[in-house]
Amino acid sequence: MRKKNFLMRTGMAILAITAAFLQPLQVKATSTSEGGYTYNYDYWGDYVNSADFYNSCKVFTSSELGLDLKLKNPQGLFAEGNTLYLCDSGNNRIIELNRVSPEQLEVVRIIDKINGGSGSKELNNPTDVAVSEDGNIFIADNGNARVVKVDKDLNFIMEFVKPTDNTLDPKLVFQPTKLAVDTAERVYCIATGINKGLIKYENDGTFSGFVGATPVTFNWTDYIWKKLASQEQRAKMESFVPTEYENIFMDYEGFIYATKARTLEQAQADENAVRKLNLMGNDILVSNGDWSVGGDLYLGSGGGYEGPSILTDITVMDNDVYVCLDRNRGRLFGYDDQGKMVFAFGGNGNMDGYFRRPSAIEHIGHELYVVDSLDCSITVLVPTQFGDLVYQAVEEFDKGNYETSGAAWQEVLNQNGNYDLAYIGIGRSLLRQEKYEEAMKYFELKYDAENYSKAYKQYRKIWVEEHIGWIVAVILLLFLVPLSIGKVKSIRHEIDTADIFVVEKKG
Amino acid sequence: MIANTKPIDNPKDRYIDSLKYALYCITHPLDGFWDLTHEKRGTMAAANTILFLTLLIRVLKLRYTSFIFITVYWEGINIFLYLASILFPLALWVVGNWGLTTLFDGKGKLGQVYMATCYALTPYPLIQFPLMIFSNFVTVEEAEFYSVVSALSLVWAALLVIAAMGQIHEYSAGKNILFTVATLFAMLVMIFILMIFFSMISQGVAYFISLAKELMFRM
Repeated sequence: MRKKNFLMRTGMAILAITAAFLQPLQVKATSTSEGGYTYNYDYWGDYVNSADFYNSCKVFTSSELGLDLKLKNPQGLFAEGNTLYLCDSGNNRIIELNRVSPEQLEVVRIIDKINGGSGSKELNNPTDVAVSEDGNIFIADNGNARVVKVDKDLNFIMEFVKPTDNTLDPKLVFQPTKLAVDTAERVYCIATGINKGLIKYENDGTFSGFVGATPVTFNWTDYIWKKLASQEQRAKMESFVPTEYENIFMDYEGFIYATKARTLEQAQADENAVRKLNLMGNDILVSNGDWSVGGDLYLGSGGGYEGPSILTDITVMDNDVYVCLDRNRGRLFGYDDQGKMVFAFGGNGNMDGYFRRPSAIEHIGHELYVVDSLDCSITVLVPTQFGDLVYQAVEEFDKGNYETSGAAWQEVLNQNGNYDLAYIGIGRSLLRQEKYEEAMKYFELKYDAENYSKAYKQYRKIWVEEHIGWIVAVILLLFLVPLSIGKVKSIRHEIDTADIFVVEKKG
Repeated sequence: MIANTKPIDNPKDRYIDSLKYALYCITHPLDGFWDLTHEKRGTMAAANTILFLTLLIRVLKLRYTSFIFITVYWEGINIFLYLASILFPLALWVVGNWGLTTLFDGKGKLGQVYMATCYALTPYPLIQFPLMIFSNFVTVEEAEFYSVVSALSLVWAALLVIAAMGQIHEYSAGKNILFTVATLFAMLVMIFILMIFFSMISQGVAYFISLAKELMFRM
């Protein structure tokens, strides 16, 4: 009976397999899942589909904003409270917007000229803007070769010009592109053609040096070739210089997040594309993730795009989640304070939530505002329920509410069982609740050796303390039993060969 | 232990004795490998057992070593290829070594080269098995212990293989090292020839297949 059943089953299986092969190939093509909108990478670097983290809420173009003159090549965006400053670079103006809700942005004023000052009154190709805590506005006035500081009524205060530094080429035209301002109104700025790091100005306008140059990397074969090459050959070779930064962002703690474009080799070597600079200009970015902080792992060409992600802008939320904008493939990548990828989504295209040439990103609360310089639009992205849950879990953990955080991660897991961060999140909250054995299980599932070891160390300590009696007993047994057996044997041997007995036997 | 040189008649006892002899070999390589063939202390059965244990431990390690040290992408594992990663180099080594040394006064036969090489693998299962269990009781901070001991087992086995070859073939130390290097080259040459062979064969087969296809289209 059983055998017959088995035969039937194999027969059915063979039929099913042949049927599957006979089906048209198109069915097969659709079943190989080529990505959804939102995704993530697992421990192996495999692409994992994810529940949507952000949805595009509304796309604002010139007509939605009610502008007479259409936006042209917008480059920069800055958010302060509920106010957004959009650099309409092509029209030499900055548009101040008030965010009423994610679905409603209102034009407050248009800044195209400043009052007073010795130089040009009109802005020329402003590429970035920042507002200090005191309300002063700093504008990277690219076309006028200066960074200009004005008060909130646009009265000229001071300007920051080309640094007086002997190492700079005197012919170089100063073109500040991106800037950040700290609480003391010191200015950090990136300029085209200056790769010595960020240009730092004190709050009195004096240039005080370059900070945080990217370390120079070169490979040994290039180095050896260079040693062997003649003077003329050497001049034609690429020189080993630090790469320029793409963009900077000053976070709420005063650390500067800077992004740089990676070469293909750097991306393949899994180097970070983001640096977090402290006051000394040292990189203190935590990169505990399975992969580097640098966007996509797959660098092959597809849909006309190839090479590593080019992170053109970055924004850091108050929960230390930072979002990078890739202008190569039009994607957004979120990372948490441990450098683990929280989400990745987007793409190139014309639909809402896709981009053609994204240039800047900002956040208000958890909402993201992305400027597209080709579409001339601002896309507003709001977190989905899933995204809100993840943020809730992250924030509760930071506050020290480990149980609430664990519950939120559990809810995240219910919505998306493939979300690795949730396993590690639950593990971390269990670890803080001193439930080490359960925490170990969650860490092991997602190959988090570092956290696993933390939990295991405690677990092992407790286990040893609880079983110390047994451990001592086993060790004693292991040593004493062979020892005493040997002793007994030797005593017996001595008795057997003792002289008195031998003598007695003789007698 | 070595004092016992009387021939053992019972095959089972002889097997057990020759297996135990592996422990003597790995601690006294020069003396041990000399007697392995010259005093017939080793048996093929024991050599096969050691090889089998090596393969077994290598596979068990995948599953039972802590994920701190080895993470396995199970979808990418082909168990036969994985076993071949030991068997194939071993076969190349044995054949290459025998082929070279037999031309240069080597006294070892093919079977003896195989037996001695297998005996020299003993440290691998001997160390890796306890290490595999041990790995589940350490944290990343103590990971160094694991990697050092693990490397030790490999280095030990490698040194034993070299020592064994010298004793089997009755070579001096210098000649032994020379032929170790020469054997490595021989292995490379064999791989090269095998690759040419297989690509030629596949091209040849492809030719006849395309010929047959062409015929079928025309008919």
